[in-house]
Amino acid sequence: MKPTETDSQVGGVDWSSSNAAATDLSRLDRYRDLYQERVYKPAVVAWSDWRTRFGLLIVGFYVVVALIAALGLYPSPETNQAPRYLLPLENMDYVLGTTATGTDLLALLVHATPEMMLMITSGAIWATGVAVVLGTVAGFKGGTTDRVLMAIADFVMAIPGLPLIMILAIAFTPENPLVLGVLITLNYWAGLGRSIRSQVLTIREQNYVEASRTMGTPTHRIIRKDIIPNLMPYVTVNFVTAARYVIFASVGLYFLGVLPIGAENWGITMYLAYSTAGALYTIEAAHWLIAPMLAILFLSLGLILLGQGMDRVFNPRVRTRLAGESESTAGSEAEDSNASTEIL
Amino acid sequence: MSHYLAKRTARVLFTVYLVATFTFGMIRLLPGGPLTTLRVKLARQGMDPDQINAYIENYQNIRPDATLLEQYQSYMLSVAGGDLGRSISLDEPVTNILAEAVPWTVFVVVVSTVLMFAFAVLFGAMMAYWEGSRFDQALTGVSILSASVPFYVLALLLVYFLGYQYQVLPTGGTTGLAVEKELSVPFVMSALEHAILPVASFTITGMGVQALAMRGNSIQVLGEDYVRVARLRGLADRRIATRYVGRNAILPMYTGFLLLLGFNLGGTIILERIFSYPGLGFYMFKALKARDYPLMMGTFLVITVALVVGAYVADLTYSKVDPRISSGGSNEAY
Repeated sequence: MKPTETDSQVGGVDWSSSNAAATDLSRLDRYRDLYQERVYKPAVVAWSDWRTRFGLLIVGFYVVVALIAALGLYPSPETNQAPRYLLPLENMDYVLGTTATGTDLLALLVHATPEMMLMITSGAIWATGVAVVLGTVAGFKGGTTDRVLMAIADFVMAIPGLPLIMILAIAFTPENPLVLGVLITLNYWAGLGRSIRSQVLTIREQNYVEASRTMGTPTHRIIRKDIIPNLMPYVTVNFVTAARYVIFASVGLYFLGVLPIGAENWGITMYLAYSTAGALYTIEAAHWLIAPMLAILFLSLGLILLGQGMDRVFNPRVRTRLAGESESTAGSEAEDSNASTEIL
Repeated sequence: MSHYLAKRTARVLFTVYLVATFTFGMIRLLPGGPLTTLRVKLARQGMDPDQINAYIENYQNIRPDATLLEQYQSYMLSVAGGDLGRSISLDEPVTNILAEAVPWTVFVVVVSTVLMFAFAVLFGAMMAYWEGSRFDQALTGVSILSASVPFYVLALLLVYFLGYQYQVLPTGGTTGLAVEKELSVPFVMSALEHAILPVASFTITGMGVQALAMRGNSIQVLGEDYVRVARLRGLADRRIATRYVGRNAILPMYTGFLLLLGFNLGGTIILERIFSYPGLGFYMFKALKARDYPLMMGTFLVITVALVVGAYVADLTYSKVDPRISSGGSNEAY
């Protein structure tokens, strides 16, 4: 017998006692359990994976920078606040150097962060939210509902994203970062919704869903209690992918000079360096173009690492093992089954 | 099968029809624009209103004095007849401009997307095969890095270093200025030379995510029972790798191909601007800057049609690639 089987004696006692105690658990205990299940274990698993660790550190860093900018702890960018065209590290007051108008480059980057974070969050929440709702309803209900919803998704998917955003941006000139985020992911949900639907199609054949249906549980409750929790890993990974799409698209559009210039954005900095200073032809303006590129690169690197590592947080077998409760389970094959067929 | 084909074809036509309607709505909705300016200019020159209307109608396929329904009908009819109006900024029929531009964009997008998939499948399979080795770790790291670079950042870096600083490759255009536009060796060579950088920017940045997806799929398939059975049967490694693992790992990526195609088609707006590559995206950007609505909507319509046709082809071939696909399926309504 395996060593775990000998423990089952203790396990058996535990089982009956915990069953009896379930009714008179104090509220504190319940909160502690909840904390263990929802906060502690995921955190341990997340931290144990270097990808998640670095991802969290990087994204956390950007959040801190956004807070610094929002609270006004770093001087805001102004023209002629410094000599023109300082190179990076030339003057330690302006570490990243300055632009053609004598603006501190670091200040430009720092003050673009809060808007960016808002835009990312609103865009990703919108895209994944709509995709989850429509995908689950279509997949679960089937029949005409499914056909109609998927026909809509197919139509929306057929419209290329960037050109659509550009036309709408001209028509409505949105400046609020929250609105911009939604605009950028306006038709992003379609592809994601389709893949969520196919996930739901397999989940709905499971026995527990069948059981809920026979018991006459209302549809919205089955979707909320049985289906959505099983989708969470997939949704989280795709949330991060959507966030990355928002960064790429928004910076790209600002770089083209298509979106209305309201606040600071890394793309606007790139646009000015590219179109007004000719940063491509001269060495002295190159840092002006490269600094915002690095800002984008690190944020998207952080998001990718987070997405790659997140897969494991939701794998229950890996979770218990790392929290120190079981040594036997969690074969190594389970760790790398990140079959998330994300696109982009 | 033929029933499915008919339904799928009908859907393509319907989608194109809806998008054309959308462009009509947008042209009417968009504020101001050059036509208003043009109208004011003509009126100031003392042209009589009827003539102005005729003039403007020629530009936009829209008669200003007709009812909305009539305008819609005449617009849709002319679009169906291949008349997309006249570009205001370039003063040329939109159809002519786009006919020049479409082949280049399709060339760049298709070549880069296919290359991206070919490399991703190759590297992903290799990573999965030697899972956990140093090779796998290194390549996974590289894939993650490459996925975090937006294609336009790579494009800017490439054009900066290889184009302007070292002047190895051209920085703009589809072919050299001196090259005649005819099917000849110098023409093809020049076209390839001009396409290297745009194709590379798409391919290298898009490869990472696809390779990681392929790696995940392959690892999953490698653990399946039928692969173990195939090994036990003593089948050749080569046969197992291509027919058992490769095929089943690639199939899930096939559907992603479509989304990627759309993403790349839209991305050409930024890409072609950076490389001054006169394709669809290049003209769309020009039209946007000049508020040239006929050209803008024409480009938009053509980009969408290209994507819809791509999706159509991908869908029809999918059932050929995957024999398990049965039309209909068990989709019982709850």
